[in-house]
Amino acid sequence: MKYVLLICDDETHSPSNEELAADPVHQAWLADLDRRGGRLVGARLRPVVDATTVRVRDGETLVSDGPFAETKDFVGGLVIVECADLDEAIEIAAGHPYARWGGIEIRPVWE
Amino acid sequence: MTSPDDGPDDGADDRVRAAVDAAFRDEWGQVVATLIGSTGDWDLAEDCAQEAFAAALATWPRDGVPHRPGAWLTTTARHRAIDRLRRDAAGAAKLRQLAVLAGDPGESPVEEIPDERLRLIFTCCHPALPFPARVALTLRTLAGLTTAEIARAFLTAEPTMAQRLVRAKRKIAEAGIPYRVPPAELLPRRLAGVLAVLYLIFNEGYDEEDARRGLTAEAIRLARVLVRLMPHEPEPRGLLALMLLHEARRPTRTAHGVLVTLEHQDRSRWNRALIAEGVAMLDQALAMRRTGPYQVQAAIAACHATAPDAARTDWPQIASLYAELARLAPSPVVDLNRAVAVAMADGIPAGLAMVDRLTASGRLEGYYLLPATRADLLRRAGRPGEAKAAYEEALKLAPTETERRYLISRLEEL
Repeated sequence: MKYVLLICDDETHSPSNEELAADPVHQAWLADLDRRGGRLVGARLRPVVDATTVRVRDGETLVSDGPFAETKDFVGGLVIVECADLDEAIEIAAGHPYARWGGIEIRPVWE
Repeated sequence: MTSPDDGPDDGADDRVRAAVDAAFRDEWGQVVATLIGSTGDWDLAEDCAQEAFAAALATWPRDGVPHRPGAWLTTTARHRAIDRLRRDAAGAAKLRQLAVLAGDPGESPVEEIPDERLRLIFTCCHPALPFPARVALTLRTLAGLTTAEIARAFLTAEPTMAQRLVRAKRKIAEAGIPYRVPPAELLPRRLAGVLAVLYLIFNEGYDEEDARRGLTAEAIRLARVLVRLMPHEPEPRGLLALMLLHEARRPTRTAHGVLVTLEHQDRSRWNRALIAEGVAMLDQALAMRRTGPYQVQAAIAACHATAPDAARTDWPQIASLYAELARLAPSPVVDLNRAVAVAMADGIPAGLAMVDRLTASGRLEGYYLLPATRADLLRRAGRPGEAKAAYEEALKLAPTETERRYLISRLEEL
């Protein structure tokens, strides 16, 4: 089995990547994961103010600032892409079939 | 910025000050745009542009106003940027990039500095930024307004506006919003977004009687820049024409805090020069034979602006222009305006029937101009009882005192 862990918070406490790397709980969690040999891919996301949402309706790409906020919808999948800039990410998102009835939230990876 | 007070000749100082002020209006956006283009750092670009203008105030009285102020300012700002980056270890990579573009800037004629403002406009108005941030960023980086001035213009606290600008610039960097003019396939929609930002700036200034008057002038200035930078696109010309035609009538829109409708405005006080320029601009746009919502709105405004009075207005033409606008940019507000034009062109019953269909559709529920328009048509049709009820309904929904006062005066006339 493969699982995706969606790590959620309200962003009131937002440690830097350095602080996170120095956090003993985080270190222990990573060490445990490596011991199990189970980590495929992980990425920290930039805060939600950096989010962009893409929808396609009637063949037209609709770009809006901010996160995907339809409370009756749920995360159905995720893809990590490497591309030149946000416009290319928007283009890729607009091509996904789910963009036609749901939406794709683009979040920059915090590196 | 303060003027240095060291010269014996105050007149010369005034002339230099005026030259710096003119350069600020004409060159600020381009200096910032060029620096963002070469460093990728928005804050650095703004700071160094600011320093270049301060340097101009300090040295132009002594050395004279340079032959090409824009080139002088860009070169000076670029040197400041290089100095700052040199002091910063992380600036090394940026410096290499900057060095490529620096060349021998003292000698380069102004024509060789490409106008980067178009990249700046499209980046400021990127759809991934919140709309209020697009407006603020455009006024700050392109028009050169200070954060305090923008905050005042939008009745927002200065720290809130500063925060909005910081967040927008951070998102551009962190989310990877590209600094470029969008490619052809994205251009129509992105250009519509830029025009929407400029038109909102104009309308913010237009709705105020005095306090925010500067905003209509800023919007017109930015629209002029866009027209110059995109000479083959008709819609920027359409928007500029629309702004000029509205601006020509602005002083007559209210009297003593009461709204004055188009019909009752003193047409002798309309600015004829602005109307002539707006009509000429619209003709240039229409000659390109690619229609768009701003050109159609400007054409409607031109019909009003060139009519001797309300009765001798080309209402059939306006009605058909609203039909065209409804096709290009469907909206119930456009349908309502169309109903008024149809009432004037084809008779009150035809217009009233359209208003009744709109009311039945529920698409404008709660919008005070729907019952107000209906009331007006009923009054003209000689049905005062029904008109009174409709005015009273409008009065309950009217959002501001200016509009309430207008409706009350109409009720009293019945």
